[in-house]
Amino acid sequence: MPQTLYDKLWDSHVVHTEEDGTALLYIDRHLVHEVTSPQAYEGLREAGRKVWRPDSIVSTADHNTPTDGWERGLDGVVDPISLEQIVTLDKNIKATGALAYYPFLDKRQGIVHVIGPENGATLPGMTVVCGDSHTSTHGAFGCLAHGIGTSEVEHVMATQCLVQRKFKNMLVRVEGTLAPGITGKDVALAIIGKIGTAGGTGCAIEFGGSAIRSLSMEGRMTLCNMAIEAGARAGMVGVDETTLSYLKGRTFAPTGREWDVACQYWRTMKTDDGAVFDVVVEMRGEEIAPQVTWGTSPEMVTTVEGRVPDPEREKDASKRDAMERALVYMGLTPNVPITDIRLDKVFIGSCTNSRIEDMRQAAWVVKRLGKKVASNVKAALVVPGSGQVKLQAEAEGLDKIFKDAGFDWREPGCSMCLAMNADKLEPGERCASTSNRNFEGRQGAGGRTHLVSPAMAAAAAIEGRFADIRKLL
Amino acid sequence: MEKFVVFKGLAAPMDRENVDTDAIIPKQFLKSIHKTGYGENLFDAWRYKDTGEPGKDNSKRPLNPDFILNQPRYQGASIMVAGKNFGCGSSREHAPWALQQYGFRAVIAPSFADIFFNNSYKNGFLPIVLTADQVRRLIDKINGFVGFQIEIDLPRQVVIADGEEMPFEISGHRKYCMVNGFDDISLTLLQAEKIRKFEEARKIRHPYYFSTNIANASL
Repeated sequence: MPQTLYDKLWDSHVVHTEEDGTALLYIDRHLVHEVTSPQAYEGLREAGRKVWRPDSIVSTADHNTPTDGWERGLDGVVDPISLEQIVTLDKNIKATGALAYYPFLDKRQGIVHVIGPENGATLPGMTVVCGDSHTSTHGAFGCLAHGIGTSEVEHVMATQCLVQRKFKNMLVRVEGTLAPGITGKDVALAIIGKIGTAGGTGCAIEFGGSAIRSLSMEGRMTLCNMAIEAGARAGMVGVDETTLSYLKGRTFAPTGREWDVACQYWRTMKTDDGAVFDVVVEMRGEEIAPQVTWGTSPEMVTTVEGRVPDPEREKDASKRDAMERALVYMGLTPNVPITDIRLDKVFIGSCTNSRIEDMRQAAWVVKRLGKKVASNVKAALVVPGSGQVKLQAEAEGLDKIFKDAGFDWREPGCSMCLAMNADKLEPGERCASTSNRNFEGRQGAGGRTHLVSPAMAAAAAIEGRFADIRKLL
Repeated sequence: MEKFVVFKGLAAPMDRENVDTDAIIPKQFLKSIHKTGYGENLFDAWRYKDTGEPGKDNSKRPLNPDFILNQPRYQGASIMVAGKNFGCGSSREHAPWALQQYGFRAVIAPSFADIFFNNSYKNGFLPIVLTADQVRRLIDKINGFVGFQIEIDLPRQVVIADGEEMPFEISGHRKYCMVNGFDDISLTLLQAEKIRKFEEARKIRHPYYFSTNIANASL
């Protein structure tokens, strides 16, 4: 019987199934960071349990590490509670082991969802978990990757398995050609705009169709990263030559004959012709324009050509209520064109958009516009996703383009995506952000977030308001 | 883990959709390395008028009188009834911890985000799905009657309110763990032999998933 990619991944990892369908899934890769792991390690210690397979663990500190002042070392972490988490991770990894650990200040440290793939620690056909909802990112490699809670982190450490029930199969097919300048981010937001933030709840989403195939691995990672914002714990894209050529030569990818053997298997990591999905959503690539969110949920999104919506036109009472509340929080007036919205800050980074391609696209726009950051923009941060992305960008001179235009070029980390470190919005400040969540207070209490692609964020920084990047092409 | 069998308590409404985990427990409170101490900062940005920080004395902070849980009639509430897609957003288990440590034992909604739903069971905190109509009726009743209580009978899988019994679904595995207060790890370790066999077979078939090449990694 033809199978979906998700069916194959599921079947190849089931260790045991209970009568009610609850299964034990074997976990190949466990990514560990400083915020959701301390309680798990503590739980293991209290119960006298060992880590089942330390060499399945790849770890880094990313969520609350500072993005400047690295020359001061640990003294640069001004928040004592953040420092305690960073030091605790150090101690825990040293005590129990890992395949790889890229600690704070290491030249290969970075956002956990950037360093996994760039080191070849994420491979097709794997199950990948991490105590972070954006673990769905890794599904771009044809693997089953999802975010887990801290109890599950402890469970995977202790047993190498996850207790899981099978999701429904959902296909989001985007056929056709994406217009120039349209990125994985725009595709992701357009999908969420269509199906809503609960549209994928209870499902594993596979992204398919020619528009998806045309995306680079960076674009696919951005797309899968946002699967969770559509409510799906796992998003994935089938393996093709783009996947394999990205992986070849990376640290933990196999080499020589083993590489060939692996590729043979990995090429089967895609949905069979004729496989049946429970839910299918179809979209056209040509119809996707640059996306900008206007509200406090990623589904509150429109295009750069659009206007702030008018709650009076919304018939559904609870939606109207949510819309009114969002507009008050965002300080926006109905019917104002998106391109009239002026920004106070710009953030280019996060596990959604901090990879080399994102840096290149943003830098290209800055160079093309040939101007400085607008005077009303108080800060424009560029935070590369990892030490390796940073080095690569610097080798290409991208940092210079940003700095010359007045951007702040930082050290890697999660930074202002969730504002656990010093990078945050002040109350009322409005930000064009390449991150993934525009929830109330996400980037700092009272901060107002508009989600966009890196190119759109770069253009917003220079123009001081949203601008249609397609006009630059 | 605390057992959940039959429980009756004061209900409080959270009449909005898409209540996200950043709202339930803002990120500045995730910096703790412990599992407790989150209750006082549940819904921090909505609940207090100032901005909360870890270490602040919450008893001295100005409360937002408009926030529903600050109303005198909901003091001591232990069952929350909320709008759809409750718990969306991040995977932070601090969200069910905060709800539980505030005093809630269960939350009833038309739908939940998957990770939150899953995290809740791991802590003996019960998320219950009822239909949107049932939830609407419950919220109307809570609003209409001060001191309105809801009973949850987990073995029978029913929510009882105002004499009406509303059945709900829960997987056998989750119910077994909740009713007995069992944590998953000890149950899973009963299958340790099976896990080991699976692992050995996988290592032979797919050795490239078991790389221990740490030459280039810093450890």
